[in-house]
Amino acid sequence: MRQYFFFLAILLIPLLPGCASTGSIADDDPLEPINRAMFAVHQPLETYVARPIADVYETVTPSVARQAVTNFFNNIDDFFSGVSGLLQGNLDSAGHDFGRVIVNTSFGLAGLIDFASDADIPRGGQDFGLLLAHWGIGPRPYLFIPLLGPTTLRDGIGGFAQGSASPISWYVDDKSIRWRNALWGLHAVDGMSSGIKLLNTVDSAAIDRYTFIRSAYLQRRAHQANDDSYRRAIFDDVDFDHE
Amino acid sequence: MKRFILLFSSLFFLSGFWALPADAQTPEAPDQLVQSVVNEVLEVIRNDPKVQAGDPQRVRELLDGKLLPHFDFRRMTMLAMGRNWRAATPEQQNELTEQFKNLLIRTYSNALSQYRNDTINVKPLRTREGDKEVTVRSEVVRKGESPVAVDYSLVLGNDSEWRCYDVTVGGVSLVTNYRDEFNQQVKAGGIDGLIQSIAQKNKGSA
Repeated sequence: MRQYFFFLAILLIPLLPGCASTGSIADDDPLEPINRAMFAVHQPLETYVARPIADVYETVTPSVARQAVTNFFNNIDDFFSGVSGLLQGNLDSAGHDFGRVIVNTSFGLAGLIDFASDADIPRGGQDFGLLLAHWGIGPRPYLFIPLLGPTTLRDGIGGFAQGSASPISWYVDDKSIRWRNALWGLHAVDGMSSGIKLLNTVDSAAIDRYTFIRSAYLQRRAHQANDDSYRRAIFDDVDFDHE
Repeated sequence: MKRFILLFSSLFFLSGFWALPADAQTPEAPDQLVQSVVNEVLEVIRNDPKVQAGDPQRVRELLDGKLLPHFDFRRMTMLAMGRNWRAATPEQQNELTEQFKNLLIRTYSNALSQYRNDTINVKPLRTREGDKEVTVRSEVVRKGESPVAVDYSLVLGNDSEWRCYDVTVGGVSLVTNYRDEFNQQVKAGGIDGLIQSIAQKNKGSA
């Protein structure tokens, strides 16, 4: 099944808008009415599903265990970061990533311990969404998906391809499917637990939650993709001489 | 997702790192200014248990005494407003600047104590004679996390003092983030509507 998803994701790539971001965050959200409706669906799910799950997770597990879980999934991401770096021709970042995966998978017990960070091997921080960005695909349209949070069509396809290719999805027969589902579930809980902490900070700063999250997400991704169009737009429409 | 946590919490606190006694005519090198401010503020946080516990009075003293004089809140508000700034009356402009300032102060105060074990490395800056705008880059290192890039945008005032008008954490600019929000609010309720939203936010639970 996962092979079909993977090909489906690849087939969607030509449909993506080719232009880089316009510099205006609102313009990169042409589906805003739909996204806001999705956001309205998301809010109660966050309050009554994601937050309780994250709370229970943090109550019943020691922080060492939670860190191990995060490390385990990071280790898988690091592998794809390496692949993405390699395809972008960034051998330096890819080398670090593959080095990390080798060290952490062996000495770090399948990624549960992050020895590579202690050895100062930095994470490349790449992913398939950024690979598509490198190939010239812009952030438009921005998407908000209930419980999963902010993304873009580009990053969604990238994430989907990455998830389909992930070792967690490998070797699925009747016996291992339970393990696969358990791991994806744990992945989701790990994500919720870190996501909720982030949202607490958002809430103290945001006037409009939807806009705040959109803006921060798009800026962050543009920065990771070395796209400075939002940054350059900061002085647009401002005339200091009138002061 | 995890990166984002550090990123955001940093955004709200680090922009506060502006404190140095006012210097005479020659402006201090901006990177040195940032470095000494960072050191000074971290020292207060590490040594003052009341600040660590989030005592509002002490946190406010730290901000008022050491940080706020090194911010250009008016410029910050102007940039966050974009084209809407010119549409505002002088009274509205003053009110906006005041409310925005309070919103930022409130947000930073809450996050202050989280930073006591972080290491902040300010990178050396190459400036040219006559520069009036600079970006000082730094890196926040927290044990067990990837380092986060924090950039400070400074402008040289007429009084030869560098002041901060934007902080960018991991690529997320405070000004750009609020510009998107402000635009949205002005579109919905005009400039008075925006002022009201911020004021309401400020009155909410701290």
